[in-house]
Amino acid sequence: MSEHPLLQVKNLHASAEGREILKGVDLTVNTGEVHAIMGPNGSGKSTLAQVLAGHPAYAVTAGQVLYEGNDLLAMAPEARAREGVFLAFQYPVAIRGITNAYFLRSAVNAIRKHRGEEELGPVEFMDALEEKLKAIGWDSSYLTRPVNDGFSGGEKKRNEILQLAVLDPKLAILDETDSGLDIDALKTVAQTVDKLRRPDNATVLVTHYYRILTHIEPDVVHVLAGGKIVKSGGKELALELEEKGYDWLREEAIVA
Amino acid sequence: MTEVADRTQRYLADFEAFARNGASGAPVWLRELREGAIARFSELGFPTMKQEAWRFTSIAPIAETRFTPAHTAHSPLPTPAEIERLCVGAGPRVVFVDGRHAPTLSTSADLAGGVQAGSLAAALRTGAGGALARAHVARDPRWRESAFAALNTAFLADGAFVHVPAGVTLDRPLEVVFLSTGRAESDGPIVSHPRSLVVVERGARAAVVETYAGLSDGMYWTNAVTEVVLGEGAWAELYRVQREGSQGLQVATTHSRQERDSYLGLHVVTLGAALARHDIITVLDGPGAELILNGLYLLRGAQHADHHTVIDHAQPHCASHEFFNGVLAERAHGVFTGRIIVRPGAQRTDSKQTNNNLLLSTEARADSQPQLEIYADDVKCTHGSTVGPIDQTQLYYLRSRGLSPEAARSILTYGFGAEILDRMRHPEVRDRLDRLVRARLA
Repeated sequence: MSEHPLLQVKNLHASAEGREILKGVDLTVNTGEVHAIMGPNGSGKSTLAQVLAGHPAYAVTAGQVLYEGNDLLAMAPEARAREGVFLAFQYPVAIRGITNAYFLRSAVNAIRKHRGEEELGPVEFMDALEEKLKAIGWDSSYLTRPVNDGFSGGEKKRNEILQLAVLDPKLAILDETDSGLDIDALKTVAQTVDKLRRPDNATVLVTHYYRILTHIEPDVVHVLAGGKIVKSGGKELALELEEKGYDWLREEAIVA
Repeated sequence: MTEVADRTQRYLADFEAFARNGASGAPVWLRELREGAIARFSELGFPTMKQEAWRFTSIAPIAETRFTPAHTAHSPLPTPAEIERLCVGAGPRVVFVDGRHAPTLSTSADLAGGVQAGSLAAALRTGAGGALARAHVARDPRWRESAFAALNTAFLADGAFVHVPAGVTLDRPLEVVFLSTGRAESDGPIVSHPRSLVVVERGARAAVVETYAGLSDGMYWTNAVTEVVLGEGAWAELYRVQREGSQGLQVATTHSRQERDSYLGLHVVTLGAALARHDIITVLDGPGAELILNGLYLLRGAQHADHHTVIDHAQPHCASHEFFNGVLAERAHGVFTGRIIVRPGAQRTDSKQTNNNLLLSTEARADSQPQLEIYADDVKCTHGSTVGPIDQTQLYYLRSRGLSPEAARSILTYGFGAEILDRMRHPEVRDRLDRLVRARLA
């Protein structure tokens, strides 16, 4: 057991292009937990996810983020990834000319090298990948295609989940991975994520919708509104949000 | 004025000497062609940057230098090891040194199916070769618009001759290699005017690699013209690899003409020369013809390369897909002009053009100009171009997966090249060019 929580976000303020988006976020995630962060559009959900991954466009203006007790914000994006932080992008980036296989293997080897493990050759890597490909319902033809180039929205999301499965992080942050997926794709994605749950890792699901939570049961549900976490609770909170929408929370926040 | 006239005068004098000596045994049609060409060159003179087609490229290093015609020079032959290093393929090859055929370095003597691969000069001396040359050399009248193509035509003497008869499949890629020694004569550096003809007849299949390379860092000028003809239903990939020496100057024109239902993959990889200009003029001259024009230029130092492409849709139901990527480091300058002409009646044309340029330094420069001339109404034509540094979003995405900024930059840069290499359909050639590109970017 680690003496520190996996992730501790304390009074986090962040802005982009001079506009403050996060206005004091507090969040603690322990290993073995799945957290859902819900909230209306523009509440700062994606900003929180990107700040945790190290997106250079966001400036942290106040607060602290500790990852296993260490200052996460002082780490470069690649250092965070090597230490086990993974962000499934809301809008995965296309890279022409580079095959998915080459990209995935480069990522795996960067992390293996950091851990002092031997790098995988193309053949060993393909062997290790086979099962994970199957889990997301893909054949190997996706590996020879350029990274996300010409992929449909659903294919891009599956590709993020493939990376998640291959890189096996300690902290997985899924930024609206469920948006734009049809029912079948959602199920596949959710099952893959659910299978990766272990006592020594944690998942933060950033989502606008309740439906993914019917497949991945969260331990804690948070509501992010106006750049702050305004309410936290068990999975029943998600159901309440599904039924009542987000407006009642705004009223509650005003009353409080 | 006098100075400008002097520059062309030298070539007229050289031509007189050429016509008296080396060229006197030529057939009448060829002598007439040369006479007409030197007259045309004299009319045009060297282009200046005031001309639209040359606004980004100064050819002053060519115009201001007194070159010695290669046909008067006698260059020592390079060693087989030197050739091996500069060739792309390990298959049959035809080698030229300073524009002269080098039979002892060539290996293409025995080709199955009646395929001919050798020197154009030798082909001109035979009845069948002479007839083919007469039918196809300088067939596209647009050579008259270029002073350089005119000069090449005036000095037309030798180059590669490739003939793949109807229905024949060439199973290995054939390479034609133009090496320049970079050796100077007492009266100046050498200019060669290689003139090549590639004819792939009806239903034939072939892959041909055309390599231009420098053997030294000396100054020289290569002024090449290659004409490619594809018969009905023919399938060909032409790989053109330019690895001229660091002080080499190259001006070249590639003409291609395709008949009905033919496929041409024209792949251009430009790595060398201090100054390079490549005009590519393609004509889709039969319904159902398909062209992939696929180019990559990787430049550094003070290199300047200008690719000027014309895709001429002369017939309906043809497809052309053009992709040029440039990676420009240090103070390099890349120029791309992509002109697409859709002639009246060329309905159902499907044409796509993209030119993406990656600038690896703040001093590197790229100019990209699409020019669409569409005279038919039922067509699909798209074009797009980009010029810019490494994409920050892509860089961040790769870093978020654990890659160092250096590794991420290197992958993204290689991706610019790999995207072009991926369209090459001959695996052996593609792999060798991939190694060449990786080595250049390392």
